Amino acid sequence: MSVDTDTVKRIGHLARIRVEEQDLDSLADELNNILGFVEQLNEVDVEGVMPMTSVIPMRQRLRPDQVNDGGYAPKIVANAPLSEDNFFMVPKVVE
Amino acid sequence: MKNRDFTSLEVTDAYLGAIEAANPKLNAFISVEAEQARQMASASDKKLAEGAARALEGIPLGIKDLFATRGTHTQAGSHILDGFLPEYESTVTANLWSDGAVMLGKLNMDEFAMGSSNESSYFGPVVNPWRSQGATDALVPGGSSGGSAAAVSSWLCAGATATDTGGSIRQPAAFTGTVGVKPTYGRCSRWGIVAFASSLDQAGPITRTVEDAALLLTSMAGFDKKDSTSVDMTVPDFAAAVSRGVKGLKIGIPREYRMEGMPEEIETLWQQGIEWMKDEGAVITDISLPHTKYALPAYYIVAPAEASSNLARYDGVKYGLRVPGDTIDEMYELTRAAGFGDEVKRRVMIGTYVLSAGYYDAYYVRAQKVRTLIKQDFEKVFAQGVDAILTPATPSAAFGIGDKEMAADPVKMYLNDIFTVTVNMAGLPGIAVPAGKDSAGLPLGLQLIGKPFDEETLFAAGRVIERATSDDFSPEKWW
Repeated sequence: MSVDTDTVKRIGHLARIRVEEQDLDSLADELNNILGFVEQLNEVDVEGVMPMTSVIPMRQRLRPDQVNDGGYAPKIVANAPLSEDNFFMVPKVVE
Repeated sequence: MKNRDFTSLEVTDAYLGAIEAANPKLNAFISVEAEQARQMASASDKKLAEGAARALEGIPLGIKDLFATRGTHTQAGSHILDGFLPEYESTVTANLWSDGAVMLGKLNMDEFAMGSSNESSYFGPVVNPWRSQGATDALVPGGSSGGSAAAVSSWLCAGATATDTGGSIRQPAAFTGTVGVKPTYGRCSRWGIVAFASSLDQAGPITRTVEDAALLLTSMAGFDKKDSTSVDMTVPDFAAAVSRGVKGLKIGIPREYRMEGMPEEIETLWQQGIEWMKDEGAVITDISLPHTKYALPAYYIVAPAEASSNLARYDGVKYGLRVPGDTIDEMYELTRAAGFGDEVKRRVMIGTYVLSAGYYDAYYVRAQKVRTLIKQDFEKVFAQGVDAILTPATPSAAFGIGDKEMAADPVKMYLNDIFTVTVNMAGLPGIAVPAGKDSAGLPLGLQLIGKPFDEETLFAAGRVIERATSDDFSPEKWW
């Protein structure tokens, strides 16, 4: 499988990374290089093998579903490039 | 310090002076917290005077920029986290401070820990304190924990924290003649460490000696309920295991690690390591890990996939850089285009692609199945009674900054991790110990791989290598 410049553009949009027109070709080459490298996985017989979900066997730890932290909105927004009244500010999303 | 021959403040000031002199040339530190360091040192001196010294009382450390440290520089080597000052402290660093350690500052690294040369940092490359004999060319310290390795090697801190997703502790340790430990997955809490690939990331120490690494890891490790993959197990006194020796241990030598085109020097070093183990009474046995060659390609699906998800949070809204746009999507796209470097963009895009509709099964699910096979390879070998596995740490010594072949082909750079990445894929502990030098006088390391949660055997076997080698791993000071 290999990617063309249209696909690169589409992936860029999915990843929310703007790719400039003049960079599309070189980026497609680089991505194809990496995809070519991982292609060798097709040689492996994975019939009946379970995909890994946890590298160390452990049971999911559960905790009571109750609030145990919070109440410091000013700290949460302290690093925001733009905030007002403890809200994050973004360009208008609803018409 | 316990004998009161000198104070922590004196030691801290000496390190701060060394950093000031060396850093313009080595670029290992990207922020120095002199005032805070002196305060922490003075507090330690008080404890020492009271006879209430804790395990790491007054010892000045460098912290990789990936660890959140409250109120101080934390950018993961990236532009996109410009100005970010965490309101919280990572569990690993909090553990170190509660044992009395002193923070000197934050260490340079590949952006978001993606790289094997420290050249992808927004803050510029780190220069390896080591140079080839008779040469002045700048070499890379390895990566992604290049700042940690270079700072320890050049005496800019007594020890450093680092992280390892595919080899990012062990490869730079090997390139700088230092000791690097990647613990078992789950041993150290990942809470407060900027995430790259969550199922692979582990924190560990880089130090001058095996014993120092054991001391640091004892403090760093431990159960943390804030990390759901942190393991609820007692942390042993790793330092107590250092002098245990390898008598009677079964050390496996995996035939698949004998790579085609591997330099003669690496092969010779490996043989030497085998002889050292034998001399100390270990039993050497040939083993097979048949899926070794698939670890790196599987890694380059799993790690970018997880990274593409983890790095979605850098959107110009919650912290760091924002590039304005007319719509929210445009703002996201412009912010991420400006804030991420080339290697990070490549990996996020690969990750996005392999997780996208129609490709998920062919790439991601297949890679996770291969990962299961890689782990089973190790399980079979350990079930045969093997206690640890001895391999080279890297396929070469440190290379030059701006290496043309690697710059032109990302896959060439990825091959640096060929001996280390299997360990992350299987969640196992690994240690890199300086063992010899190449013909240019550059350090080379050997790697030991252990059973899950058996770091103790690695410290014991690592110490055997450290004691056996006759090489001096102090770089000649030119900076």
